[in-house]
Amino acid sequence: MKKGFMSVRRKIETQSSMGSSRHSSFYSLKGPLTQQSKAGVVLTLGDHGVAWRNNLNIFITTSLIVTLFFINLNRTAAQGVTDSIANKDAIFARPFILAGSIGKQTTTAIGGYLEGNTNYFVEDGVGDGFSMEMRRFNIFLYSSISSRIRFLSELEFEHGTEEIALETALLDFEFHPALIFRVGILLPPIGYFNQNHDSPKWEFVDRPLVSTTLIPSTLSEVGFGLHGNLAVSGNIFTYEAYLTNGLNDNVIANPENRTSLASGKGVSFEEDNNGSPNFSSRVALKNRRFGELGLSFYGGAYNTFESDGLKLDQKRGLSIWALDANFQIGQLKLVGETAWIHVDIPDNFGQQFGSKQWGMHLDLIYPILKTNLLNLEEVTLNANIRIERIDYNIDDFEETGGNIHDDITAVVPGLSLRFSKNTLVRANYRYHWERDLFGNPAAKVAGFQFGFASYF
Amino acid sequence: MGKVLPYLSLVFAIWVSSCDSLLPEEPESEELLDGPVEGLSPEQERTFLAGDIAFTDEIFTPATGLGPIFIASSCAGCHAGDGKGHPSNALTRFSQTDNGVLVDKLLDKGGPQLQHRSVPGFTAETIPKEANGVSIVVAPAVTGLGFLAAVRDQTLLDLVGQQRQEGLVSGEVQWVDAPDFFQPQTWQIQNEGRYIGRFGKKAAAINILQQVVGAYKQDMGITSDFDTEDPINFGVSSDQIDPIVDPELPASTVNNVAFYIRTLKQPIPRNQGNPDVISGKAIFEEINCSACHVSSLTTGVSDIPLFSEVEFAPYTDLLLHDMGPELDDQHVDGNEKSFEWRTPPLWGLGLAPNSQGGDFFLMHDGRAQSIEEAITMHSGEAKTMAEAYSGLNQNEKDQLIKFLENL
Repeated sequence: MKKGFMSVRRKIETQSSMGSSRHSSFYSLKGPLTQQSKAGVVLTLGDHGVAWRNNLNIFITTSLIVTLFFINLNRTAAQGVTDSIANKDAIFARPFILAGSIGKQTTTAIGGYLEGNTNYFVEDGVGDGFSMEMRRFNIFLYSSISSRIRFLSELEFEHGTEEIALETALLDFEFHPALIFRVGILLPPIGYFNQNHDSPKWEFVDRPLVSTTLIPSTLSEVGFGLHGNLAVSGNIFTYEAYLTNGLNDNVIANPENRTSLASGKGVSFEEDNNGSPNFSSRVALKNRRFGELGLSFYGGAYNTFESDGLKLDQKRGLSIWALDANFQIGQLKLVGETAWIHVDIPDNFGQQFGSKQWGMHLDLIYPILKTNLLNLEEVTLNANIRIERIDYNIDDFEETGGNIHDDITAVVPGLSLRFSKNTLVRANYRYHWERDLFGNPAAKVAGFQFGFASYF
Repeated sequence: MGKVLPYLSLVFAIWVSSCDSLLPEEPESEELLDGPVEGLSPEQERTFLAGDIAFTDEIFTPATGLGPIFIASSCAGCHAGDGKGHPSNALTRFSQTDNGVLVDKLLDKGGPQLQHRSVPGFTAETIPKEANGVSIVVAPAVTGLGFLAAVRDQTLLDLVGQQRQEGLVSGEVQWVDAPDFFQPQTWQIQNEGRYIGRFGKKAAAINILQQVVGAYKQDMGITSDFDTEDPINFGVSSDQIDPIVDPELPASTVNNVAFYIRTLKQPIPRNQGNPDVISGKAIFEEINCSACHVSSLTTGVSDIPLFSEVEFAPYTDLLLHDMGPELDDQHVDGNEKSFEWRTPPLWGLGLAPNSQGGDFFLMHDGRAQSIEEAITMHSGEAKTMAEAYSGLNQNEKDQLIKFLENL
């Protein structure tokens, strides 16, 4: 049977990408103009044979990963997940600062990270072939101005110089470890990822969808607030509370054709679009042995409801509630977050703009091998799997009462080889099902990625 | 090193060897409505691709001209996968009529189409009180339209004559005022400045370009070189237009989209060797469904040679027929009666759920949730056929439905 043509093209927006202006790395799959031929062996097997072979391959691959997982159960230890640094302080837990802090002599330090990867994706049998991308080159600048004042900045170059953004530029004034005043361009504490997104820390090439398309990571906003750490019965309780400019009208006025908080990120740090700051806060409890659990909120008005004293629209708000966890159970590391979003949508703007969204991801990371390699000590091979699910529109159609879909479910198994805490190479296979608003047969997208990331 | 290398080698080998088999297969062409007609030249394929991108991927926003009042923000919003639309994106058309005859299109009150959505800061339209004819229509599939566009006018007029002679049904052509930008093909017949319409539920559009221009404006509020005026909510003010400079879309994009639609393939019938399908087709002919849903048409000479002198099976006669009082919504688009509807093509019917969220929403407004329901809702000229269907035994009904599902 001759293969058909699939002209539907979708932007597969993954990890750093979906809807993010500053962190987008779109790779679109465009259907070819001519009908594609498939591997002859696949065709001759017929539909049943193809399905059988696919299942066999998935089974073999899964079995291998599971086998590797268990045969090394007692041989290795996970790396550095039970340290004493809370997620809140992750931005200061970077190697260039830590290394420079030895002996407490640091005044100014420079560092950064870079990451790149390959992509080979296919959507319903149609792909754009193999490509390589250089996602990010980020430069950090840190200075301990005095014993109680410190400065940190991060300048990001994405896809070369395609997008250049000042992601962080903040000052911390420490009155007490439990009371620190922060001001500048900061990362609102929404979930786990937004403040802890450096690529070398993650085992997968792509960032989690919930963290980039629902929670609009990386979200940088200008503002101020307080944060601090408190010791509670041997645990660390952390809090953060900030006022920032907030998101803008593009939360709904965007080309994603859905509610997209990522599209509502401002492009400058000049002024708020509505003069009504957003509030963000996260509280977390970190146990030195088991890990950290955090609860966060972000909310405020997003639309330009008045200008020059004229009322243009009613004030419309949004909110994000997020629950995040970073746990260690034996050798197994679990990292995940889930987010619930509510957005006040104008009545007549269209049902594709969901007023409620939900999503989650869970990463399971297990070290299957630890050894010395090329004079590097404790090089670790991790077996990883990510499960993620996003529902961009939790509602029903007014006309039919049927469920509005617009959702993605994905499974991402992979491997990462950590040469140290700061440098890794990683490979993953991704399979995801994406359904449109109406719940038509899901577009099936799958592909392979290979990437690297390293602090410097 | 010795420990790691075997692992990495094994993983790499599996990764490379499993690339193809771990990737999703392309659905069979017959299961899809989108895709180009075979035989396009490379230049035509480029135009097709440009049109595909504009049709499928381009989402309009207030910043790019959406609205200020509108129905959908993209072409694909109503025609997912180039298939039939979903009731959530149905269009509402209205007019003032008297006994099924047009009195006023209510153009100065927002007619003929309701834009029930608006960008923030603007007010969506409501149906004016003068409108006594209101028609809700679900978007049709757009695939295969290039073949329908290439059928000669004389063929349609011949069908009118043939139907009158046979006496089973009595289709009529819709004569439509041509827009300024209309350029007739050599075979198109002029009648007092009007041409035969063949697109739209009431055959109110002469060609695909006219339909595309109208959809950009009436459905999305997008002006183009062909029509530079935004839709206006006259219920609020006659100067409520968006601040984006008009035209919001160049002629090239509109032409690309029109070309894309013209060159979409015709739906491919499935399981044609199945005995039930064969029997169902015979029943379809026997109970005279084929009187209106004509199974074979032939194109004339087309400016795209691929469409010249081609016989194809759309299962429509492109003519208006009296469908009875149950389907009379009192709305009139042109010179037709309010109870007249153009015969919709049946090709691709079985694939409708793939673009309608897994369900059937058939007839002009999606009121029929199965093929059987749609058949029994036929009345007027088609009443005898619907009654004939009701008189079939269950096995015959199943065979007929199976035939239709595989078109």
